Amino acid sequence: MQDWATLLKRFFSEFMVGAGVTLELTAVGLAIGLVLGLGLALARAYGPFWLRSLAIGYIELFRGTPLLVQLFLIYYGLPSLGITLSQSLSAYLALGFNSAAYQAEYLRGAIISIGDSQMTAGRAIGLSRWQTIRFIILPQALRLVIPAWSNEPISLLKTTAVVFLIAVQDLMAKAKRAATITYNPIGSYIAVAVIYLVMVFVLNAFLKWLERKARIPGFEMDAHKA
Amino acid sequence: MDIGKFLQYIASGTAYTLGVVCVALPAGLIFGVIFAIIFVYGGKLLGRFMQFYSTVMRGIPPIVLLFILYFIMSGNINLSPFWAGSISLGIISSAYQMEIVRGAIQSVSGGQMMAARAIGMSKMQAIRYIILPQTLRLAIPPWSNEAAIVIKDSSLVYALGVPEILRRAQLISASTQQPFLAYITAAVIYFLLVFITNRLLDRLENRLRIPSNP
Amino acid sequence: MTNTILTVKNLTKKYGRNIVFENISLNVNEGDTIVIIGPSGTGKSTLLRCINLLTKPDAGQIWLDEQEITAKDTDEDQVRQHIGMVFQNFLLFNHLTALENVKLGLLRVKKLDKDAAEAKAMQELERVGLSDRANHYPGQLSGGQQQRVAIARALAMDPRVMLFDEPTSALDPELIGEVLEVMRNLALSGMTMLVVTHEMGFAREVADRIVFMEKGSIVEEGSPDELFYRPKFERTREFLWKITELYGKKEKEA
Repeated sequence: MQDWATLLKRFFSEFMVGAGVTLELTAVGLAIGLVLGLGLALARAYGPFWLRSLAIGYIELFRGTPLLVQLFLIYYGLPSLGITLSQSLSAYLALGFNSAAYQAEYLRGAIISIGDSQMTAGRAIGLSRWQTIRFIILPQALRLVIPAWSNEPISLLKTTAVVFLIAVQDLMAKAKRAATITYNPIGSYIAVAVIYLVMVFVLNAFLKWLERKARIPGFEMDAHKA
Repeated sequence: MDIGKFLQYIASGTAYTLGVVCVALPAGLIFGVIFAIIFVYGGKLLGRFMQFYSTVMRGIPPIVLLFILYFIMSGNINLSPFWAGSISLGIISSAYQMEIVRGAIQSVSGGQMMAARAIGMSKMQAIRYIILPQTLRLAIPPWSNEAAIVIKDSSLVYALGVPEILRRAQLISASTQQPFLAYITAAVIYFLLVFITNRLLDRLENRLRIPSNP
Repeated sequence: MTNTILTVKNLTKKYGRNIVFENISLNVNEGDTIVIIGPSGTGKSTLLRCINLLTKPDAGQIWLDEQEITAKDTDEDQVRQHIGMVFQNFLLFNHLTALENVKLGLLRVKKLDKDAAEAKAMQELERVGLSDRANHYPGQLSGGQQQRVAIARALAMDPRVMLFDEPTSALDPELIGEVLEVMRNLALSGMTMLVVTHEMGFAREVADRIVFMEKGSIVEEGSPDELFYRPKFERTREFLWKITELYGKKEKEA
């Protein structure tokens, strides 16, 4: 349709640069989301009431509002409060904060699955609460969560596509540029859609491999619990 | 500009947002159900095709699909950005809704179909009177999630120029130099929309629950 | 002169290279209660499901009254109105009350009007002793009650023959009796029945004929007296010994 293949060939190197930015956005967003999400999950699972409430509030807010609004709030809104961030940084933060809310839910599900019994066992041999969490519960939870969690990298990869609206030079930005140059928006966006599909496919294959590697035989989480 | 007018301006975008959602979500539902039935009961070839459709439509970022569909539609038919955007979102949602309905159909046990055929019902009758009623109940929780997603994704049509909540927030933030307030307002409105929708669907789920004493 | 309601001739069913059963032939006369027994996995359930065309046999023919239902252009849905089936797992429609479960076939398949359907459905529920539970959902009924509703649902269609696929195997022991009671009464009232079961007591009391199937074929067939006291084959005797011991009843050989 609309000669997307020739377009793809013509702008290939540019698209690849854009794809690289997309992957970078995904990776950074995922990492920030993981660290923050883990914190949120632990806060909800083990924290005192006020901390739990804060965590729940954060999660509800970031899951209940569009990423685009969060992005604009950080990039356009914060400067009026004196905090001016670059496009890239704004994108990283928006994606990271957003992803954290979703990852928190997956991780919390896994932590709960491991459950009180492991905590009891850890305390029983003299470990402190923190030590049990760190050496007994988390290692298991992080492996257990992989099947359910692997939805997130793929979801995030697709979500990054909106950041071109604040002029971050990702794959979509390159597509837009190609569209302006060739007067062929349909072809440009289809070409880029194909690249996204390939990225998702490869990522998916990688995650499946990771899942297989990390699986503890006989110990799987019921998908519904996540 | 006084705060009242400010809030009102952004809030009036809600009508457009709701409009987009009220076109996209039902469209996605109707096609999602049809596609799911085809997938589960339509035989091997159609099943494979639907699987392909699902994989492609869910593997491409919604905004990319939105642009593609929008340009295709506005190229061929004289549609406003509102309609082109809404219908596009509906098409995108249908792929996700197909997966939801499909999962629900498949978790209604195969025995139900067998029991229906055993009293002489045709496949179509069984689907209509036995499978779908049970499917719809099972599908409410994940569908509630999808509804929230469509409400949030409606913000994407901002890029097509539709004067919905986000677009309005952006316009007014430019004229009043109050971007933070503008976007916070937008966020609050979206949050309320999502929150209310989820609560309503929770209520619906409770109403439709089939009584049982375990 | 009793008529033959059901004739099965040389029926064969395979899954790939696995032969479920081969060359099964059987005649069922009006009013007969035939009980099929045999080790698990010998194709008894599959046989029943072939008879009401839920599963397609690979070879052989089946006649219901004068009609060959295995013929190519048979309207299967139509045929299934005349053959009732009761499943091991009851398979009641979860989203409908007991009454609605029984009514559904009358309304949508037999196309009766609402009042007629309701009246007949209540009648069948009374027949199985559950008219007071008409507005309960399956989730609110015990296993035995669910199975009785399932029987009522099948009976409501006025079938020529009733098929029972291990109707009590999924029930707690104390609930089995109420279902067997309904089945006994049904047999005594003259219904033609084909029952796959492990309930030997029922077989001995109610069956007109017992069919012993093993490894995909009929080993022996005869009256309860013949099979229990004068079996022709060693395998038959072995199986009956094992199963009656399993059920805690000791049987002496004749």
